[in-house]
Amino acid sequence: MTALVKLEESVLSEVCPAGEAWMCEVKKGQYFRIVDLEGNQAVDTLFISASNPEERYSATDTLAINQQIYLEKGTTLYTNFGNKIASIHDDNCGRHDTLGGACSCESNTVRYAHDTYPMHSCRNNFMIALSQHPIAKRHGLNVRHIGPNINFFMNVPVTSEGHLKFDDGISAPGKYVEIKAEMDLIVLISNCPQLNNPCNAYNPTKIQLIIREGEDASHV
Amino acid sequence: MHMSTITYHEDHVLWTERLPGGHHWSARIQRGAVLQLQSLGQNANVAFYCVNSEDKLERYNMPDSLKGQHTAFLSTGHILASDLGRAMISIVKDDHGWNDAFCAPSTVQLIEKQFGQQTFQDARNDMYRNGKDSLLLEMTKFGLSATDLSSTLNLFSKVQPDDNGNLSYVQADNTEQVIELRFEMDCLVFLSSAPHALDNSTEYAPADVQLSLYKALPLLDADVCRDSCHQNQRAFQNNNRYYALSA
Repeated sequence: MTALVKLEESVLSEVCPAGEAWMCEVKKGQYFRIVDLEGNQAVDTLFISASNPEERYSATDTLAINQQIYLEKGTTLYTNFGNKIASIHDDNCGRHDTLGGACSCESNTVRYAHDTYPMHSCRNNFMIALSQHPIAKRHGLNVRHIGPNINFFMNVPVTSEGHLKFDDGISAPGKYVEIKAEMDLIVLISNCPQLNNPCNAYNPTKIQLIIREGEDASHV
Repeated sequence: MHMSTITYHEDHVLWTERLPGGHHWSARIQRGAVLQLQSLGQNANVAFYCVNSEDKLERYNMPDSLKGQHTAFLSTGHILASDLGRAMISIVKDDHGWNDAFCAPSTVQLIEKQFGQQTFQDARNDMYRNGKDSLLLEMTKFGLSATDLSSTLNLFSKVQPDDNGNLSYVQADNTEQVIELRFEMDCLVFLSSAPHALDNSTEYAPADVQLSLYKALPLLDADVCRDSCHQNQRAFQNNNRYYALSA
């Protein structure tokens, strides 16, 4: 795949296939990059404090503190305790969503039709990770830790009249976002399998995940 | 079309309670009840959060509520959806017209920044309270904690986006405004009448809010919330499955 990135100083570089869950831990000061390898792929992402999982990324605290709906380069992300959890250090996509949440079997029955219930969903991915992943087990994570997430590479325009819709993505092959961890983080991702709307251009694809040390990292 | 003459509850008030501005409150509200909130002053805000009282892990879900109804705010005709695809509450009446779903409750930092600090020792029960700590206090009574507090709704408050996504708080005179919530599920409800996180007024003067409970009338053939869109009809179908053995 031509869009695959090779960074010299990376400490981790993995590919997450379409429609799968993925977890990692990122230390404070490290940079975490998500690459949209084939374009228009929504990446449902949760950040949880590794030192105290009761503290996690909060979409609504981030919106209230920033007084801004869209996430873009330079945006600081905040926790439910009002602390900085991460910041968007670099981005060549343009904007990312945090209003759309994660798709689920249950919400698919509401949004589309009851017979979409068996289709794979982001919330199912979160549940798979919570039930099986060693990081989730180690930190005692469960369904209570799931809140409104970030949808990287997803486009959910809101109008001043209060209309909200899911639009075609504005991402493309090789677009990436790089997050700086402002505390030790647990990252929980669902590489979105939704096939009922254009959030993945009706074609879920793989993503690349890269962690690299910060510029000021001490190599003791 | 907004038809304010239609009523969704019986006339008889089951109970009433005055929630002083800045205070907090919680209760179980049963399916088939209508909770009426009336602002008794100019600058009301009620931070609102609810969970299923039988299964407290089923929560109000902001993203599912907004995307299911293609809206960036909640008002008359909308439902509050749970994270399990069911209707928790129907907003059957809303004089304010826009209830903010974007912003977290006010915090101790935001209240202090905007209004200063007033402790119990300084001011007894006129102390400055904030939305988040107030909700967490009420949730703790039921064994819930910060982990269980997801996004909330801000009744009587409008926060409007511009074309670039910048949010601004829109001041309004809330005096006498009424919001009526019809419960479609037995819920634990947590309320704080502390100022909104973006309230830019100079004085800490959140309005008192009168709470009144009524018995809901049966749903008509074309209900204001259930039948406002196909998505809500399907959410109500999920409720019918959940309560399959109930009347």
